[in-house]
Amino acid sequence: MLGAARRGGNPMVERRPFLTFLSHAVMVLGVLVVAFPLYLTFVASTQTSQAIVQTPMPLLPGGHLIDNYIAALNGTGGGSGSKAPVARMMTVSLISALIISIGKIAISLLSAFAIVYFRFPFRMFFFWAIFITLMLPVEVRIGPTYKVVSDLGMLNSYAGLTIPLIASATATFLFRQFFLTVPEELVEAARMDGAGPMRFFWDVLVPLSKTSIAALFVIQFIYGWNQYLWPLLVTTSEDMYPVVIGIKRMISGGDSEMQWNIVMATAILAMLPPALVVMLMQKWFVKGLVDTEK
Amino acid sequence: MEKRVFFRSRWLPWVLIAPQVAVIAIFFFWPAGQALVQSLQQSDAFGTQVDWVGLENFRNLWNDETYLASFYTTAIFSSLVAVLGISLSLLLAVFADRIVKGALAYKTLLIWPYAVAPAVAGVLWLFMFAPSVGVVSYWLRALGIDWNHLLNSRHAMTLVVMAAVWKQISYNFLFFLAGLQSIPKSLIEAAAIDGARPWRRFWTIVFPLLSPTTFFLLVINIVYAFFDTFAIIDAATQGGPGKDTAILVYKVYFDGFKAMDLGGSAAQSVVLMVIVVALTVVQFRFVEKKVNY
Repeated sequence: MLGAARRGGNPMVERRPFLTFLSHAVMVLGVLVVAFPLYLTFVASTQTSQAIVQTPMPLLPGGHLIDNYIAALNGTGGGSGSKAPVARMMTVSLISALIISIGKIAISLLSAFAIVYFRFPFRMFFFWAIFITLMLPVEVRIGPTYKVVSDLGMLNSYAGLTIPLIASATATFLFRQFFLTVPEELVEAARMDGAGPMRFFWDVLVPLSKTSIAALFVIQFIYGWNQYLWPLLVTTSEDMYPVVIGIKRMISGGDSEMQWNIVMATAILAMLPPALVVMLMQKWFVKGLVDTEK
Repeated sequence: MEKRVFFRSRWLPWVLIAPQVAVIAIFFFWPAGQALVQSLQQSDAFGTQVDWVGLENFRNLWNDETYLASFYTTAIFSSLVAVLGISLSLLLAVFADRIVKGALAYKTLLIWPYAVAPAVAGVLWLFMFAPSVGVVSYWLRALGIDWNHLLNSRHAMTLVVMAAVWKQISYNFLFFLAGLQSIPKSLIEAAAIDGARPWRRFWTIVFPLLSPTTFFLLVINIVYAFFDTFAIIDAATQGGPGKDTAILVYKVYFDGFKAMDLGGSAAQSVVLMVIVVALTVVQFRFVEKKVNY
């Protein structure tokens, strides 16, 4: 590609200034449309609720950014909907997202290790049992799963919020695929050096899987943070609401007396952690996303 | 593909696999089995008496007009989400692939919505289109369109489709971009030398070579529209007006947890499971073909 460029050609096969201009125009337009809802949310989170209710609301940021965010975090926003402090909800979301992502990675690493590196009775049976769970998203079995969780006394607890979501086949499959590409000489060498299976796991396999682990962490953290239906069912007390549920409860008060500035400040707060994870780990995230689904 | 070299231990593999098996047994297979059993039962309003009713719950579903309407709603909703989401992101990806300078900046700006929770996406779009305070609904009024998704079911459907497509565009875009970048440049160059113009090159070379990606995304987007959009709909329209945006998953939730019709809800869960299994089989059939090809 560089060679072509140096010879005076264009890496895009031929020089078509109009098409290049059109490409930028389409991309700018696309980015504007995609970013507009986010921009508007930010603007609304810096206004007073009166300014938003006057249609049309201002399209430039106002001066109430700090007031609104403090009010949201402490739950002193007023209005008719739920007034739980967002700081608490963010903590619940963070803890659950971390348990889900780390838990998933941990149990999947172990089970993929067992399936790839050992021979034991019913190995393929377990493999298929795990595989089938790919086909049963939590949405299709909410009723009975809710019953199990409530029978186990796990409503309104971190265990109830996270464990049913930890079981998923995606991570196990990604690790299995990856382990199958690890050269067999490494196992032979480890055995010759007298290293047991767990030693091999910790000293060879886990360090080799670092990239996959990072990619999965991003995807699963976002998955955990953004959960909605499941927390909606298993949390009934306000101090166990994740922030995504909190926003929904805030807008259930009715259109007119809603404190949109506080709702939008909460929305920005709720988007920030997953957005940060995506931005900071963009390279791994894109690789992981494309690899996991292959 | 199997390892020829492996470790020997009678107990270690069982210990390693135990956590995952325990979780899937308790939270997947037991509830899924319960759904199957409940779909064949009917209980009275207080849950004191349970009767076996065979396939009656399924027959009731078949005769329930609101359930059939929900099927129809889901079909419209998911085809709109899949077709619009895929075409828009393909358009963006094709142009992004042409750009040499600033491509990363565009890409970074476009992947934001992936991080946004579906429920939050629903709230953002609700805010823009709220009949009383929304900016976009104000602009639409200036254009002579009286936007009110609380009363007009077409408006409500448009709103949830837009929010769902917006949320999914980043995902589709990343896959199309990866697909486009894996097409050998020499093919395009050869066609260019033969005098094929960009428009023609796209339809005769690029688009056919992208078809595996497109098909994969089609399945993924349908699954997304079926299951992951519950939060968008619950936040933006709550299935309304009436039941005009109540997709199948919304109805399972509503019937099971609001209307407390356990048998009916379980039968609906079973129907959904069948749909997911069918979609997954289609996808894997296709993946196998791709490997051979």
